[in-house]
Amino acid sequence: MSLEETAYAVFLGLLFLYCVLAAGKALDPVFAFHATIGAIASAAGIFLIVRSFIDRDGRAEPEEINGKPNYNLGPVKFASIAAMFWGIAGFTVGIWIALELAYPALNLGLPWTTFGRLRPLHTSAVIFAFGGNVLLATSFYVVQRTSRARMPGLVTPWFVILGYNVFIVIAGTGYLLGVGQGKEYAEPEWYADLWLTIVWVAYLLVFLATLWKRKEPHIYVANWFYLAFIVTIAMLHLVNNAAVPVSIFGSKSYVVWSGVQDAMVQWWYGHNAVGFFLTAGFLAIMYYFVPKRANRPVYSYRLSIIHFWALIFLYIWAGPHHLHYTALPEWASTLGMVFSVMLWMPSWGGMINGLMTLSGAWDKLRTDPVLRLLVVSVAFYGMSTFEGPLMSVKAVNSLSHYTDWTIGHVHSGALGWVGYVSFGALYCLVPWVYGKRDVYSLKLVDWHFWISTLGIVLYITSMWVSGIMQGLMWRAYTELGFLQYSFVETVEAMHPYYVIRALGGILFLTGAVIMAVNLYLTIRHGEAEKPAADVALAPAE
Amino acid sequence: MAHEDIDKVTGVATTGHEWDGIKELNNPLPRWWLWVFYATIVFAVGYVFVYPAVPLVTSYSKGLLGYSQRASALDETAAGQAARAEVGKGLANASLEEIKNDPKMLEFAMAQGRAAFGDNCAPCHGSGATGSKGYPNLQDDDWLWGGTLADIEQTITVGVRSTSPDTRMNDMPRFGADGLLDAKQVRNVAGYVLSLSGSSVKGADVEAGKQIFVENCTSCHGEDAKGIQELGAPNLTDKVWLYGGDEESVIYTVTHAHRGVMPTWGGKLDPVTIKSLAIYVHDLGGGT
Repeated sequence: MSLEETAYAVFLGLLFLYCVLAAGKALDPVFAFHATIGAIASAAGIFLIVRSFIDRDGRAEPEEINGKPNYNLGPVKFASIAAMFWGIAGFTVGIWIALELAYPALNLGLPWTTFGRLRPLHTSAVIFAFGGNVLLATSFYVVQRTSRARMPGLVTPWFVILGYNVFIVIAGTGYLLGVGQGKEYAEPEWYADLWLTIVWVAYLLVFLATLWKRKEPHIYVANWFYLAFIVTIAMLHLVNNAAVPVSIFGSKSYVVWSGVQDAMVQWWYGHNAVGFFLTAGFLAIMYYFVPKRANRPVYSYRLSIIHFWALIFLYIWAGPHHLHYTALPEWASTLGMVFSVMLWMPSWGGMINGLMTLSGAWDKLRTDPVLRLLVVSVAFYGMSTFEGPLMSVKAVNSLSHYTDWTIGHVHSGALGWVGYVSFGALYCLVPWVYGKRDVYSLKLVDWHFWISTLGIVLYITSMWVSGIMQGLMWRAYTELGFLQYSFVETVEAMHPYYVIRALGGILFLTGAVIMAVNLYLTIRHGEAEKPAADVALAPAE
Repeated sequence: MAHEDIDKVTGVATTGHEWDGIKELNNPLPRWWLWVFYATIVFAVGYVFVYPAVPLVTSYSKGLLGYSQRASALDETAAGQAARAEVGKGLANASLEEIKNDPKMLEFAMAQGRAAFGDNCAPCHGSGATGSKGYPNLQDDDWLWGGTLADIEQTITVGVRSTSPDTRMNDMPRFGADGLLDAKQVRNVAGYVLSLSGSSVKGADVEAGKQIFVENCTSCHGEDAKGIQELGAPNLTDKVWLYGGDEESVIYTVTHAHRGVMPTWGGKLDPVTIKSLAIYVHDLGGGT
C-alpha cells in the first residue's frame, strides 16, 4: 500500500477504536449513537481503502491517458448525486417548517418535529449539505480542468467527499435528537466541528496540490474564488466554534465566547458564511459554468481581479449589520453598515461579469434553459446584493430587522442565486462527468425553470409584503400613544402570507424533483458524447 | 503582447490566456461601476465622521452630530411618556369609579387596557377575550372571583394560585383520585350537578348524588350550587363550564379537580396599567 493509503488506514483504525470506546463510555445516548456512526464509518473507510488497493493490483492511477489528463471524476459524481439528494431533503424540510408556521398543529407535539429542531435541519441541509456538495463537486471538477491536471491522492479526494457527508449525517441527526450548541448555521457540537476541521484541511490540501500541479501558467479566476472560500471558511469555523467539551465522552460543550462578544463572533461567522460560502464559492461556479455553457469569453479580466479583491476585503467587516440596535457598541454597528454599503459594487462586479459574458450569445437564452437558469441566477444575485446593503442601513434595518423581510431577502439569494446557479452547474456537470452529450431532456429543464421561478416569485413577494407589514404594525401607535397592535394580532395578519410562501416552496421543490428525474435519465439513458469531438479545441467563433 | 488575440464577436482583445476553452476579454472596468464604487466609499468615509464609528482606547469617536442611538431611543421613550403623562397622571390618583365616569380618562384607560391586554392576557384568554378550555371567557357575565371593577383589579394584581403571597387561592379536593368518593358516587354527584342545568349522566342516581353534594360540595359551591365568588367557587347551575360541561368532563373534574393558574401582574405591570386593564376587562363583560 502507498504511504497515503497506510496513513489513512491507521488514522481510521485509531478513530474506530476511539469511537467504539466512546460508544461504550458515552455519557448521553446521542453521543453513543454518533460514536456508533463514527465507528461504522471508519470501519467502512478502512474496507474501501483495502478493497481499492486489491482492485488496482497495487498500480497507481495514470496521470494521463493518450496525452490527455486522466481527471479523477469519481468523487465529483458522488458529490453531484449527494447534492441532489440533500437538496430535495432540505427543500422538503423547508416546506414542512413553512407549513408549521402557518399551521402550528404540524409540530405534531413531538420533540423531533418541532420548528426549533427542524429549522436548523433545513438551513444546514440546504446550505451545507446541498450547497456544500455542489461546491465540492464543482470545485474538484473545475480545478482539475482549468489546471489540466489530475487531482492528487488516491484516498484524499474520497476522504473529503465521504467525510463531509458523514459530518452532514452527524449534524442532521444531532439536530433531530436535540443536540446542538445554539449557534446559528453552526449548531453541530464540538466533535462534529472537529471532524469537519480535519475534512476541511484535507480539502484545502487537495485543492492547493492540484493548483500546484497545474499545466497552465496562470490560475483561473474561478479557482481564486474557490480558494478564498475554502481558506476563509476554515478560519470562520475555527474561531466561531471554539468550545470546551464537558467530557470527551459526552456531546455537551460550552462555547468560549460569551455575551456581546459571542454575538459579534456569531455574526462575523454568520455573515461571512453568506459571503464566502454562498457568495465566493458560488461565484467560482458562475465563473466557470457561465462562459463554458455560453461558449463565450469572460467579459472583463480586470473587473474580475478588482471585484475579487474588493469583495474579499470588504465582506469580512460587514457582520455587525446583523446586530443593529442591540447591546453591540454603536461604533461597531456603524462600521458594519458602511462596509456593507461599500460592498454593493464589488458584489455587482460579479453580476456584470456574468451577464456581459453573454454578449454575442443572448439568443441562446431562448433555446437553452440551462443557460437561462445560470443567467437568471446572476440576476437574482444582483438583486439580493443590492437589497443587502440597503437593509444594512440602520434606518432601513430598524423597520426590517426581525421581520419576514429578512427571510424573503435570504431566500431571493438562496433560491434564486445559490439554487439556480447550482441547478445550472449540475445540469452541465452531470452529462460531462458521465460522458453524455447533454441532459436527457431540455424540455424538462424548461419546466423546471418556469415552475421554480413561479415558486421563487411567490416566496419573495409574500415575504416582502408580510415583512414590511409586520414591521409597520410593530411600530404603529394610536393617537393616545399606545401600541396599536398586539403581537398576537401581527401573527394573525401573517397567516395568509405564510400559506403563499409554503406554496412557493412546494413549486420550488416540484422543480427540483423534475430535475432529479432528468439527471437520473441522463445518467441511465442519456445519449453518449461523440468521441471525436475534442473539447480542448472548442472555441469556434 | 507579441500577438493580440481578438474576439471576433465583440472586437475586443483577450488576455491571451485560455483555461479549458475559456478565455477572458480585456475590457476596462465599466465607468459607471467604478464611479458608484467611489461614491459608496465617499459616503462611507463621510458617515464615519458624522456618526459614532472609530473605537479608541477607552471610548470611541462620537461623530460630528453627537448622535447616539441609545440617547435617541431614551428621548423617544420620554417623549412618548410625556405625551401620555397628562391624562395618565390623572389615572394614578383617581379611583376606578372616577375613571369610569370621566369620558377622557375612560377613553385613555380603554386604549391602554386594550394594548396591555393584547400583549399580556391574550395568549391565554384569546385576542377576543373569549377564553378556551381552562381559560375563562371574559366576555360573558360569569365571574369566578367577582366581576366588579375592584374584584377584577384585585384578581389581575395578585393572580390565581400564583407566586404572590396574597394570591387568590382555593383547592377543590380530588374526590375520586384521593378515594374520598368511589366511582359510583362520583357518577351520581356528577349526574346531580348536570341535572341543575338540564343535562344528565347515564346511569346516575340523581337523588343519591344530591345527598353526596350536600355532604361534600355545598361548603364551597353553596347550598343552591350557585357558587361563592369570595371562594372562587363556580356557579354549577348555569351552562358555563371552564373545563367542559359534558358527562365525561364533569366526571373527570370531580375525580381529579383542576388547579388552573393565573400569574400575578402586580410588580410586572405598573398600577395605572392594571387599573386600565381592570376597566377594559370590566367593559368586556363585567358585573356590578
